[in-house]
Amino acid sequence: MTVGSGSEARVPQVAPIVAQVLAARRGARRRFSATFAAIWLALIVVIGAGTWIASGADLEFVLVSGPVIVLQGAGITILVSALAIFFATILAVLGALGRLSTNPIPNAVASFYVSLFRGTPLLLQIYFIYFALPQLGIVLPAIPAGVAALSLNYGAYMTEIFRAGIQAVPPGQREAAEALGIPERLVMRRIVLPQAVRIVIPAIGNDFIAMLKDSALVSTITVHETLFMAQRIGRSAFEPIAALIIAGAVYWTLTIIFSFFQERLERRLARGDR
Amino acid sequence: MTASPLPDLGARPAPSGSGYEGTLPAHLGEVMVKLEGIEKYFGDNHVLRGVNLEVRQREAVMLIGRSGSGKTTLLRCINFLEEPTVGWVEVDGLRLQADPLQARSRQHQEQIRQMRLRAGMLFQDFNLFPHMSVLANCIEAPTRVRGIARDEAVSTAEGFLDKVGLLEKRDEYPARLSGGQKQRVAIARALCMEPKVLLFDEPTSALDPELIGEVLRVMEDLAHEGTTMIVVTHELHFAREAADRVVFMEDGVVIEEGPPEQMLDEPREEGTKRFLRRFLTP
Repeated sequence: MTVGSGSEARVPQVAPIVAQVLAARRGARRRFSATFAAIWLALIVVIGAGTWIASGADLEFVLVSGPVIVLQGAGITILVSALAIFFATILAVLGALGRLSTNPIPNAVASFYVSLFRGTPLLLQIYFIYFALPQLGIVLPAIPAGVAALSLNYGAYMTEIFRAGIQAVPPGQREAAEALGIPERLVMRRIVLPQAVRIVIPAIGNDFIAMLKDSALVSTITVHETLFMAQRIGRSAFEPIAALIIAGAVYWTLTIIFSFFQERLERRLARGDR
Repeated sequence: MTASPLPDLGARPAPSGSGYEGTLPAHLGEVMVKLEGIEKYFGDNHVLRGVNLEVRQREAVMLIGRSGSGKTTLLRCINFLEEPTVGWVEVDGLRLQADPLQARSRQHQEQIRQMRLRAGMLFQDFNLFPHMSVLANCIEAPTRVRGIARDEAVSTAEGFLDKVGLLEKRDEYPARLSGGQKQRVAIARALCMEPKVLLFDEPTSALDPELIGEVLRVMEDLAHEGTTMIVVTHELHFAREAADRVVFMEDGVVIEEGPPEQMLDEPREEGTKRFLRRFLTP
């Protein structure tokens, strides 16, 4: 047998090995997914059973009052959170531009804002806006007051995220834009900010999830959101624990749904990077 | 690519400051870029120590020298990406004095912007805008800064993309391009602003060796078509092919300048000889 035919003889042996490797890898991936799902399911069953027993709830309460909490409360929770994340984002962009400004006036205002609203508890800010501002003649209804407090508080945290995001855009980007004669304002709006937004999307998503749950704090100023509805219905039906568990399930479900969309958004925004 | 023949303006005596002895190359026009007494400090570090340089219309000037000699800083001083500490910069009749104390003033910033419209720049790491397609990269400044209608900007951009051989990539994002392709798009993007002079800052230093050629070929074509250009480069073969004049810098001053054959084959200054020896025998 010649050397040539020897190497040819090896060829048919390679294909089955490659196929076996691929099959093994597919199998491992499938086993991983199956175990993963099984553990999630088991944990949900255990936690669900435990809380069911702990709450001593009866099925009728869950079936009758559950949908009321979900339908009335979740809607307001989503409304409040969505409005607040919208305004917080605007505040954060302005705050970040201020924090990065070489002009001392916007810089001082922005850093003072961040310091004050990161330095005091959100609950206190909610109380202040709802209960104290009326003393100054500024009367906000419950929902606008709650949205204002959440926006200001999260805007302060997100200011720092946006600042870091803007600084994370490579300096060469700004230089290239300036070298093309693009004026400073447009450099920021067209070149730097769009790239900064992509960088901060995961962090902003994280904050939005945190806000979905912190929005429960506005229940203290009578906003009829999920936790408020759960407490009210739970109290009147003498099922406070069961109502709280339903509220918890609502928040959890909302964050799962949001995480799903966030992942898709991140994947879409990453398109240009690959 | 068809290289348009360079004009022949006849033999003229080379004026002092032109960097030539005897006669001026026949295709060179009027002075396009003029640097006078450029000094630059980074803190205490005196990187440019009084540089004078004239570049004429259709001239291709290559700046060579060791890293740290100040050639990149000099290039960046022309479009004020670095504000010189002292000195005058003139591009196509716009004369601007370095004024680091007033660098942030609105009027100075606007003059700098006007300077940048005259001087396009290419960077070592390309700096294409990653969130925009190739075409969007090319029309961004023309439409937003020059106020050119989108259709017109697109057809201009397509022309230049074709010139650099990348028209079929017009809708790709930069991340999908090779380094050489990115730099060629960057050249097209700069050309779309129709600058009077192109500044190249080590345009091939970040490229894999096999990708350098395609970029140098585009640059060589530009030089042979009479594009005024100043190139900071380590590619001495390229300098020999494409340069009208080679300028050697050391320690923040111009040591020697002249046509490439003279500079590369029979340098007169000790510094130039030392640099070339080290460079040509690695």
